[in-house]
Amino acid sequence: MVAKRIIPCLDVKEGRTVKGVNFVGLQDVGDAVELGRMYAAQGADELVYLDISATHEGRNTFTSLVERIARGINIPFTVGGGISSIDDAARLLDVGADKISINSAAVRRPQLIDEIASKYGSQFVVLAIDAKMVDGRWLITTHGGRRLTPRELFEWAREGQERGAGEILLTSMEHDGTRSGYPCDLFARLSQQLSIPIIASGGAGSADDIAEVLSAGRADAALAASIFHYGDITVKELKQMLHDRGIKVRL
Amino acid sequence: MIAIVDYDTGNLRSVCNAIERIGAEYCVTSDAAIIGAAERVLLPGVGEASSAMEKLRERGLAEVIKGLTQPVLGICIGMQLMCRYSEEGGVDCLGIFDADVRRFTPDRGRGVKVPHIGWNSIENLRSPLFEGIDEGAFVYFVHSYAADVCADAIACSINGRRFAAALCRGNFYGTQFHPEKSGDVGEALLRNFLKIE
Repeated sequence: MVAKRIIPCLDVKEGRTVKGVNFVGLQDVGDAVELGRMYAAQGADELVYLDISATHEGRNTFTSLVERIARGINIPFTVGGGISSIDDAARLLDVGADKISINSAAVRRPQLIDEIASKYGSQFVVLAIDAKMVDGRWLITTHGGRRLTPRELFEWAREGQERGAGEILLTSMEHDGTRSGYPCDLFARLSQQLSIPIIASGGAGSADDIAEVLSAGRADAALAASIFHYGDITVKELKQMLHDRGIKVRL
Repeated sequence: MIAIVDYDTGNLRSVCNAIERIGAEYCVTSDAAIIGAAERVLLPGVGEASSAMEKLRERGLAEVIKGLTQPVLGICIGMQLMCRYSEEGGVDCLGIFDADVRRFTPDRGRGVKVPHIGWNSIENLRSPLFEGIDEGAFVYFVHSYAADVCADAIACSINGRRFAAALCRGNFYGTQFHPEKSGDVGEALLRNFLKIE
């Protein structure tokens, strides 16, 4: 059996990593390549770099950063943020990104998933979904949670899989940055409906939360930022703890 | 000099970066003469098997690769193309390894996902390629199709069914996983490949 993956997420602005609580109040936590290398040495299974300056300036800075990351890091990494065309995807692939994550642009134009997947393969496409509970239904949001759409989460995730996404990265906007735990029932329900791997994101406040989403939540991987960036627990300590609880991880 | 075969199947960058990290000389080429003269040959590849096979044939490289006598390492699709046949696109491949490539079957109840993405352990290691690498070591996989376990298998892994994680016949080697993305274990394997006579 494949091991459950632990994926630190690094938000990048102007080549530096930052992490905000609910995306407000950014706090600089270091150099993107060095931080990534540190996580890799601790046993991180993959890394995700999100360019939060992508919609404004700084896109070129990010591209050259991705090139440096690809040279310096020997584990897989995903890049995301502001990817809205096959050209954006190609530019990041060319400098060495292993996968790209697409979000708002795919909601706006779902064929983007087909286009990138058919040209570069499903393994290159992570469909990121930011979901919010509204009147008892999980709906999709875009633009970092600021815009609510009428699209229903489960239907969109299934469509994404059919169109060729290789993985789903699901964030509950109710929980993101709050460190109050993942909505495990949501992840378990989605996992039953899809055959592609699901990465759980948003809300990890403790090692217990991560253990729960990987077991009861049936997620294939857990992505977290704050608990690693603020030094609550190292990736190594977390994985040892998961191992002790009988969850298969790479030690 | 290592020749990294360029047949237009996506990203070669990560393989080049990994070779650079271990300090070896390489060139990226589709030139039959350069490939033939190289000390070692790497056949990378991502994407879809039948179109990758077609690109290899279009460039006249299928017969070139079959005829190589120096150590050759196929990675992921590169390894699958060295098998007999791939179910992906129903394509006859190079027929170097005595194995067919078949799709994984997802099994939600048992948590078997397709694509098989992530770190999995490899067992029954039997090759100088794995010198210094422990039984059960974790390596990084990304694929939906896999070669059956056969006499050429030099490592096995499990995703729902047991499959060949690496193959070898004569001077030809293949890994289904990505050594260029498998951390220190992957770098050790690439170093071992450079030492093979």
